[in-house]
Amino acid sequence: MLGLIVRRFFQLLILLIGISLIVFMSMHLAPGDPAAIIGGPTASESDMEAIREDLGLNKPVLVQYFDYMKGVVQGDLGYSYQTNQAVTAAIITRFPNTFNLAIASMIVAVVIGVIAGIISAIKQNSWFDLSSTTIALAGISIPNFWLGSMLILVFSVTLGWLPVGGLNAPFYTLEGMKQLILPAITLGTASAAMIARMSRSTMLEVVRSDYIRTARAKGVKEKSVIWLHALRNAMIPVITVIGVNFGSLLGGTIITEQVFAINGIGRLMIDGIASRDFPVVQGTVLLVAALFVIVNLIVDIVYAMVDPRISYE
Amino acid sequence: MASEIVTEQQVKMKPKKKESQVVQVFRKLIKNKLAVFGLMIITLQLLMAIFAPFIVAYEPDEQILEATELPIASEGHWLGTDNYGRDMWTRLVYGARISLVVGIISVVIGLAGGITLGLLAGYYKRLDGIIMRFVDLLFAFPGILLAMLIIAMLGTSIVNVVIAISIWSIPGCARIVRGSVLSVKKQEYILAMKSLGAKDSRIIIKHILPNCAAPIIVFATMRMATTILSTSALSFLGLGAQPPSPEWGAMISAGQDYMWTSPHMTIVPGIAIMLVVFAFNVVGDGLRDALDPNMEYPE
Repeated sequence: MLGLIVRRFFQLLILLIGISLIVFMSMHLAPGDPAAIIGGPTASESDMEAIREDLGLNKPVLVQYFDYMKGVVQGDLGYSYQTNQAVTAAIITRFPNTFNLAIASMIVAVVIGVIAGIISAIKQNSWFDLSSTTIALAGISIPNFWLGSMLILVFSVTLGWLPVGGLNAPFYTLEGMKQLILPAITLGTASAAMIARMSRSTMLEVVRSDYIRTARAKGVKEKSVIWLHALRNAMIPVITVIGVNFGSLLGGTIITEQVFAINGIGRLMIDGIASRDFPVVQGTVLLVAALFVIVNLIVDIVYAMVDPRISYE
Repeated sequence: MASEIVTEQQVKMKPKKKESQVVQVFRKLIKNKLAVFGLMIITLQLLMAIFAPFIVAYEPDEQILEATELPIASEGHWLGTDNYGRDMWTRLVYGARISLVVGIISVVIGLAGGITLGLLAGYYKRLDGIIMRFVDLLFAFPGILLAMLIIAMLGTSIVNVVIAISIWSIPGCARIVRGSVLSVKKQEYILAMKSLGAKDSRIIIKHILPNCAAPIIVFATMRMATTILSTSALSFLGLGAQPPSPEWGAMISAGQDYMWTSPHMTIVPGIAIMLVVFAFNVVGDGLRDALDPNMEYPE
């Protein structure tokens, strides 16, 4: 196990370097002179030259990359062209909102997905199974930005039960939870649908296996067969889907934050793209991609721990 | 006499004309009710896209300023009008054209790149490592993030959305094709072709690629769903089609400001996106089952 963790850790490092290279080069190749963006329309050529000198934009690309990475390792992601605020500080301020949203939607996705998937498998071909599989397919097909708007229309505008948007109260307060409900459902629906489909198919496979037949033949109660014997094995592939989905949820927060006007990493990124604020885009993309691969690494390790049959040799 | 009897038997035993594989797959597909529903929606969208000017009475940007924000089922505007008095049905029909064109172009470009990389990685072991590490790298960007990074680099426009989504489609396709190539190239007939001295290019294009068709078809269908969803999401965020384009995501974005007074401006394009994406998803699901030789179908 230790060997696996060490090997995966080194692969992760290489992957992170690759990601940083892609992100850095993409921003470097983007049209538009950063000096002109910072200096504004009134800046003279000598002003712009001074800005280039100050930012190190006159240096060769590779030197600029190594300078940037030196900063990244020390937690310095540069400064926003628009606000001159440190990108790291902007990310730290907004990260809790994104993280809370991702966690809340993961809870929604896992609870709904696993329960729906298992009931569907146990009651295969029943009306519940048919409607839940159809709803799951619809769940994957709903644009989440539209679902968010519809939830706002029903629960905030028409019924007035939940706030329209924003996420400023702490998540453990009633107000904070109220603010989280609609965004979490919006973001978690597609993942819930995927988890439901996966849980259903793996559960169906497991309940047909020999050891379940043996358990039933021995007279074990059906509830114990399903919840104690079948579920443990059926959940192994589901863990992977949950892990991969958590990474995607981090990416998905970008859209949901926009719909619900949540001050998170996603909004920071979109504003950065719109205003061609490259350090902000670079920092936020790097962070989300790095988190995604780290979560995947953790999932891989958990997967190997849960299922001793898995070998990565 | 005996020979005549044999001939008669032969006539009786003459097998039916063998159905082509396409017909067999189609027969299996139409046994799946959801897939048939999906096919109907896709056909409808296709017809809307092709015959757009013939089935609507207005231009997509035509503003009727005395008829703004008309609700659904208004006279002359059965899906109502938007805040500029533009007919919602007209915009929806023209939007179908945009989403279909963007979807098809992005998927075709993505497939071309993904198939090429997948074939090379699967067939040539020495290229496998480098290509797949590159693919892994692209996979490190979750969801729509890679497309956003490309748009951040190229700037916001619908053409750049096509480029971004095409590139985003490449890693998934490459991984699927590589997997198929690895299993196909171990087959004996491929080894036989090699020992007969056939060129690699001939083996890859004429013998390996056709045998990888099933997963590619399923991927392409499912990818159409993802592409349509992503295009509308990017336009919603203001990174794709720009106003006054009747792109469905842009329509939802524009409708958000009028959700209190004219919710149909948001509801109508949203349902359109959901139906089309659902259609491609169920057809993709159906095709996967129909192309699976182990799947049993009720007669």
